[in-house]
Amino acid sequence: MFNRSATLSVRNIGHHAVDIVWRLGYASRFFALTVASSGATFRRLQLLIRELYFTGVLSLIIILVSGLFVGMVLGLQGYHTLQTYGSESALGVLVALSLVRELGPVVAALLFASRAGSAMTAEIGLMKATEQLAAMEMMAVDPIARVVAPRFWAGVISMPLLAALFSAMGIFGGYLVGVVLIGVDEGSFWSQMQAAVDFRNDIMNGVIKSFVFGVAVTWISLFEGYDATPTAEGVSGATTRTVVTSSLAILGLDFLLTSFMFRGL
Amino acid sequence: MPPVAQEPLIQISDVTFAYDRRPILTGINMVIPKGKVVAIMGVSGSGKTTLLRLMSGVVKPTRGEVRVAGALVSELGRDSLYQMRRRMGMLFQFGALFTDLSVFDNVAFQMREHTELPERMIRDLVMMKLHAVGLRGAHRLMPSELSGGMARRVALARAIALDPMLMMYDEPFTGLDPISLGVIANLIRRLNDALGATSIVVTHDVQEALDIVDYVYYLSDGRMVAHGTPEDMRASTDPLVRQFVYGEPDGPVPFQYPARDFAQDLKLTH
Repeated sequence: MFNRSATLSVRNIGHHAVDIVWRLGYASRFFALTVASSGATFRRLQLLIRELYFTGVLSLIIILVSGLFVGMVLGLQGYHTLQTYGSESALGVLVALSLVRELGPVVAALLFASRAGSAMTAEIGLMKATEQLAAMEMMAVDPIARVVAPRFWAGVISMPLLAALFSAMGIFGGYLVGVVLIGVDEGSFWSQMQAAVDFRNDIMNGVIKSFVFGVAVTWISLFEGYDATPTAEGVSGATTRTVVTSSLAILGLDFLLTSFMFRGL
Repeated sequence: MPPVAQEPLIQISDVTFAYDRRPILTGINMVIPKGKVVAIMGVSGSGKTTLLRLMSGVVKPTRGEVRVAGALVSELGRDSLYQMRRRMGMLFQFGALFTDLSVFDNVAFQMREHTELPERMIRDLVMMKLHAVGLRGAHRLMPSELSGGMARRVALARAIALDPMLMMYDEPFTGLDPISLGVIANLIRRLNDALGATSIVVTHDVQEALDIVDYVYYLSDGRMVAHGTPEDMRASTDPLVRQFVYGEPDGPVPFQYPARDFAQDLKLTH
């Protein structure tokens, strides 16, 4: 009896492992196919522009408002800590570096995954469930080229722009709280920030991060939608998986990227 | 046996198809001549839709061959398969309209994807297609604003957008009220004759189908058990066909799903 249940559980683990590897392989092929089928996206720009509107423009509100609040909190917390050491004039540096290097790309990507990523998964999953993708296939139109690729590039292009806007709004929030509200010296706030933030090491690294997050989140969202079981339950499960997997991927990738980028600093 | 001695558009020879190892279709032989409306009938789960998927090259047969207009479908590469599908139209069970596009854009979809026609000409063509299904006035509506019957008609207009040589209908009557049902049945016949196309109707709505088709193939459990003209089917003495055509609740297709003895299930016996 014990033997039998032990064999069964080992077999289950094996099945599970094979499943994971298989899905990873499938997702990679899906990614390769998406990139290879991207020609039409750039030949017919209206397809891309439409998706840029849905993924990028419609995410603006949540990104801008969150950025403002995150910056304001940073201003408050930063001021209280810096004040202990009498260095509140460095508040601008603290706010800007935290945002540009870390919080901008990471928080914007997390928000993007839950706002735009989940929407993409649900849309594509429902298109599959209502046979719209099959209909397209029957009309000799490749759904990967027509539906998936434009959304992929829209996500990849929007993400760094949204992260940049998030950081800009955050810095403005930090300024509002630190300078306008608390009364930190405006000159030192901006000039120290300008002196300490390096274009290549800080800003460009932040942009690279958000580009990588953009690829990861959009890929996960599109794949989950495309691979969803075509039922109401299947689509809801896929949407949940998109948010969970994307969030973990963002945080994991952030650690990896940070350890490569800032080890010498 | 071919229904009419004429060059067939579709020829299915000894086709067997299985998902994993579960057989769906076994030893199917079918001939669909040009210009005819042919029904594939059978109860749910008998493998009808799989036949359509084989003909359109979505799946490949495990054994046997499917020929459409002379070409062996299973050997077509992706490009030639897409080339072939441009000459096919398919009406899905619930229409499968693109929900983010208006009625007009749905019908124009293939014209915009596959042709370089100027927008003015596309407009005229779309209006003609919509006129053919009686919905020219609805061209601005979105799919969510349509009733089930209207959605099915728009999907029909979209399927005939490029004047296909072969029309495939997957359960076109499901969930329609009697009026819409009559309209769709009538359209299937009229469009087929007007376009000079060939149509395959997969359905289990017997009476509507028998009224409009030229020939019927009857599938049961993945096998072709009977075929003939609608008159042959109505007059058939085969108990399986009779049960289906006259909608008898019990017969060769049992009412009960296979189960243990009823008394045993109620724990009346030991």
